[in-house]
Amino acid sequence: MTRLRPLLDALRQRLADLAELALGDRASDRVVPPTGHTVWLTVLSAAAMAFLAVFALALTQATGRLADAWAEDLAQSMTIRLAAPAAEADAQQAAVLAILAETPGVASARALTPAEQAALLEPWLGPDLPLDRLPLPRLIDLVGGEDLDVEGLRLRLAGEVPGAVLDDHTDWRAPLVAAADRLRMLGWLALVLIAGVMGAVVSLAAQAALAANAEVIRVLRLIGARDFYVARAFTRRVTLRALAGAAGGTVLGMIAVTLLPSEPATGGFLTYLGFSGAGWLAPILVPLFAGLAAFLATRRAALRALARFE
Amino acid sequence: MDCTGFPLRAERGGAAKGMAIVIDLRAAGYSYGGSAGALSGIDLSLPAGSFHFLTGPSGAGKTTLLKLCYGELKPSEGQVALFGKDSRMLSRDGLALVRQRIGVVHQDCRFLDHLTLAENLALPLLVAGRDPARETESLSQLMSWVGLSHRATAYPPALSGGERQRAALARAVIMDPDVIIADEPTGNVDWEMSQRLLTLLGELNRLGKTVLLATHDLALIRAAKPLVQARVLRLADGRVQAAGTEL
Ligand SMILES: Nc1ncnc2c1ncn2[C@@H]1O[C@H](COP(=O)(O)OP(=O)(O)O)[C@@H](O)[C@H]1O
Ligand SMILES: [Mg+2]
Repeated sequence: MTRLRPLLDALRQRLADLAELALGDRASDRVVPPTGHTVWLTVLSAAAMAFLAVFALALTQATGRLADAWAEDLAQSMTIRLAAPAAEADAQQAAVLAILAETPGVASARALTPAEQAALLEPWLGPDLPLDRLPLPRLIDLVGGEDLDVEGLRLRLAGEVPGAVLDDHTDWRAPLVAAADRLRMLGWLALVLIAGVMGAVVSLAAQAALAANAEVIRVLRLIGARDFYVARAFTRRVTLRALAGAAGGTVLGMIAVTLLPSEPATGGFLTYLGFSGAGWLAPILVPLFAGLAAFLATRRAALRALARFE
Repeated sequence: MDCTGFPLRAERGGAAKGMAIVIDLRAAGYSYGGSAGALSGIDLSLPAGSFHFLTGPSGAGKTTLLKLCYGELKPSEGQVALFGKDSRMLSRDGLALVRQRIGVVHQDCRFLDHLTLAENLALPLLVAGRDPARETESLSQLMSWVGLSHRATAYPPALSGGERQRAALARAVIMDPDVIIADEPTGNVDWEMSQRLLTLLGELNRLGKTVLLATHDLALIRAAKPLVQARVLRLADGRVQAAGTEL
């Protein structure tokens, strides 16, 4: 308990310092003279970075949803290809449908009619093809439920109707899901880069402000200011600017994301680029994060600059 | 000039009162890194409530010695104790607290030019975490003490040399410090004004404050004789020689 006391006191001091930083007072703010161009450097870069961050966030969320959607849709729909001599085709097709009828978890199963098959092939082979003369496999569309044992079905088909091949679309789904995952990684990488650039720019702006105010820092130290006081005068200002800039950029970014074309007609990916549900909360974190980054970058720069003055 | 007595008479228990020596230099030296050391082997003890003149030709190291006394410089040899604490052992926050007890009138005054005179005078309160808005009374009394009430809203660059020096003195004492260190406070002012500054410093000394005043102006020291009981220290060849009460 006695050993905890200094720790608690230090913690309380830290908290008081933080509260003071957040609230501050106008008189203390006046201590550091306003410095023209670094103001705009900080505000504009924070706004631009927040704007980009909103898009990167939208990208990561969209790719996540897209991958989920692909995985879900395609897992449910499967195809059975039945290659059999023309004479046995009808019998084998009936056998497959019979197996499916007694397999638990099969929501629906239906053989495609020759007309439907023709419609599927038409874009590739043209309208006048004599399909009935081609040795086309029969196709059976089936929709599986959650409890469908795909491997069991595959084995049973192989045993009882060797010409029937169950295709659950894994082969071409895998690269799609991999691509979505990679896009999501890119989104995260973009977020990290944006955070890094933001930190660097704010750091530079803070260093410029500190260098321009070396004499102010010297005077403040000489009249008895603690390092914390001097650092606070700078960090508070830069943090508030970054916060304001990032808030503006975030709002613009969210408006822009909302205004993206959203009709399904424009194609798969764009439809997903946006936020949904709790995802709308993520962009709100952008200004907070920008403020935190600005606070840490400025404080580091300020304490470093202060070390040059006794 | 509207003049009143020194307003900050709040008698504090005064750590400095119980302490015989407030600033103590033992074989202290400082070198700017050049060939010859600026100062070396300085022994100097300032008892609480004493008044010392520090004199010597320009370039003798007066400013350097004063900087050792308020911790802007740390001794490169020997020791400097401020209120009993080795200045080299002080943390940065500890040094800040020591400075709140030492009022300094810098040779070049050092104001923040973007703040008004009143704001500059309040600055030591502000950085010490006190609310100047609650101490407007003592602030205005202090400004009237140095005869600058009418200049409260002026910016430092607009002040005359004498006004700057008096403002610097007011800022140095706003925290009611135990020690006042003044570096050539009469450097840019006419004779009458330097007499006035001396009178103010004498008044502070009679209130129990320790005063260390550097000047190359021997006439000033002679003129101070009837005003204060002071000892004179002469700085030459990087060493301090006591010149006693006479020159
Ligand atoms: N910042 C500095 N860097 C290098 N040398 C300095 C610096 N300040 C003072 N000096 C040198 O130290 C010596 C003492 O200077 P100073 O203490 O200002 O003397 P005084 O105040 O008595 O005129 C001088 O030779 C001066 O040139
Ligand atoms: Mg000097």
